[in-house]
Amino acid sequence: MQTKSTARNIFFGGTIFFFVVFVLLVAHSYSYIVNVSTPPLTDSVVRGKKVWEENACIDCHTLLGEGAYYAPELGNVWKRYLANNDNDPKAAREAIITWIKSMPTGVEGRRQMPHFDLTDQQLNDLVDFFEWTSKINTQNWPPNLAG
Amino acid sequence: MKYQSQKISLAYFAFAMVLFVVQVLMGVVIGYVYLNPNFLAEVLPFNILRMLHTNSLIVWLLTGFFGIAYYIIPEEAEREIENPTLAYVQLAILVLGTAGVVVTYIFDLFHGNPFLGKQGREFIEQPVWVQLGIVVAALIFLYNVTMTVLKGRKTAVANVLLLGLWGIAIFFLFAFYNPANLALDKMFWWWIVHLWVEGVWELVMAAVLAFLMLKLAGVDREMVEKWIYGLAALSLFTGILGTGHHYYWIGTPAYWQWIGSIFSSLEVVPFFAMVLFVFTMVWKGQREHPNKAALLWTLGCAVLAFFGAGIWGFLHTLAPVNYYTHGTQVTMSHGHLAFYGAYVCLNLAFITYAMPKLLGREPYNQVLNMVSFWVMTGAMAFITFALTFAGAVQTHLQRVRGENFMDVQDELTLFYLFREGAGVVVLLAVFLYLYSVFVPREKEIIAPAATPAE
Ligand code: HEM
Ligand code: HEM
Ligand SMILES: [Fe+2]
Repeated sequence: MQTKSTARNIFFGGTIFFFVVFVLLVAHSYSYIVNVSTPPLTDSVVRGKKVWEENACIDCHTLLGEGAYYAPELGNVWKRYLANNDNDPKAAREAIITWIKSMPTGVEGRRQMPHFDLTDQQLNDLVDFFEWTSKINTQNWPPNLAG
Repeated sequence: MKYQSQKISLAYFAFAMVLFVVQVLMGVVIGYVYLNPNFLAEVLPFNILRMLHTNSLIVWLLTGFFGIAYYIIPEEAEREIENPTLAYVQLAILVLGTAGVVVTYIFDLFHGNPFLGKQGREFIEQPVWVQLGIVVAALIFLYNVTMTVLKGRKTAVANVLLLGLWGIAIFFLFAFYNPANLALDKMFWWWIVHLWVEGVWELVMAAVLAFLMLKLAGVDREMVEKWIYGLAALSLFTGILGTGHHYYWIGTPAYWQWIGSIFSSLEVVPFFAMVLFVFTMVWKGQREHPNKAALLWTLGCAVLAFFGAGIWGFLHTLAPVNYYTHGTQVTMSHGHLAFYGAYVCLNLAFITYAMPKLLGREPYNQVLNMVSFWVMTGAMAFITFALTFAGAVQTHLQRVRGENFMDVQDELTLFYLFREGAGVVVLLAVFLYLYSVFVPREKEIIAPAATPAE
């Protein structure tokens, strides 16, 4: 069975080849992410990401286009709120926090965001996480503020 | 059924089918929440229901794979499974873990607890203790099937199947790696999600299709073995670097736009090759197997995977297109037809093939089973079309014109209504399928044509 073993060898050899190339590129991307495309992490950003995860926000919202499609993109939510608040970071922060706290609206026929029991610290950590995320170099994605 | 231990797969299939019902039911529920957003909003919000939909999908597909392996491996290795008791222990762990997941999600138990509480990355939200349980179950499984093969006959089908299953377990380990840097987190998250469905799961698919072709079409092993490494090679040569199509906009370097676009476009090739494979085998085959329903699902699997993964994947995989469609209903439409065509149909094909043998009956309820194929497939295709149109409208209004997300969603109600209608039909077809597979009948409604002597 000459052809079968040849095919098998090509399969294994090729897979190893492509996987090695992939790992090298990912290794390069790793250092690119850490050094170039993302701002330095702070403690509050790290905590904010935890809050994001504990409440499974990703199963309604997208974040950088990934997640669920039920609720708006949040990768650029910081920029949206800045734009709506005359580029005043303090006002944008307050506005996001007020929004989260006032959920659910209970408005009939409108998609509902649940109520989350978050402390002021957690809310601020979340906003720090959003602000940090909005500064990732995403090759200009999304195309506009709507996300 | 030649080996006693093949019976193990019966229990796996039963559990998988229970979760299949839960999955589709939850799909119909969240489809309804789209139309009536206040429904359950205060009790079980959308995100929890969605986790139940997606997680039960993943778990039942994997459970199905395990069951399939326990059926295939003894026949290929020509010996009994190494340790059948362990196989049932493995299933018990999976059942326990699944129950744990459901209870944790629904009652939000141990909120925020790093070991017992739910986590928050899409598809891998299971609490850490459950994920550890999955690893234990996977180790038991791999030990069991690998030992069986090592001590028995080694065939290309079994090799590729084992390789796929090992790969599944290895890449799952990335569930335990959650970097604080979101961009890193995302980059490695795809090592599970993409390298599963567009990598190692394709090996499982190739192996299972090959096994079914051996049995249903009666081609000789040599012919199948010539194909199988080719299919596996095409899958991984394109799929590994194809991961780049998820590295366009998450903080990764721009060169991924080229690598991802080129290699993920080539991912269509293995799916097309699988279509060629099954049709060539049937054409060259010596046998008219009486289980026509299994053959229908098998051919359907290859064709629908080609459409769902291949065509609908290519639709939005080029970076300049993906820039606009990324994370819209276009993604949803592809996600549904790809998962359904490739992995749902694969499981349903195998169960249709194996069930009569496991229960010691002739193939039965063929007509009902085939009807369930056409109804389910038609309705899934309808969902896909509805979401594709919704995605096109959404892309234009939101991504091109920059209109607000929630306003755009209001424009899509009609499409969501279509989705829900078709979703109910899918659910009915699921029940029809289960009835035709599990409930015995005395006689076929329309007996299949007599099998000519070989
Ligand atoms: C059976 C195989 C496949 C399955 C089960 C599958 C499933 C999925 C799912 C569920 C997603 C959404 C992930 C998320 O939550 O963000 C996705 C995304 C994607 N898939 Fe596939 N897929 C398959 C094959 C393919 C192939 C062959 C291609 C390309 C030719 C492709 C192209 C894409 C692209 C470009 C995205 C990203 C969409 C976006 O930017 O939002 N897929 N796939
Ligand atoms: C066997 C059939 C099905 C499969 C394989 C399937 C698969 C999936 C997958 C993979 C996702 C996640 C998609 C992503 O993240 O990109 C998803 C989400 C979803 N599915 Fe299904 N599904 C099925 C049936 C249904 C049915 C029948 C309905 C409803 C009528 C439905 C409604 C939904 C909804 C509403 C979402 C969430 C959408 C969002 O995030 O906004 N699914 N399904
Ligand atoms: Fe992918």
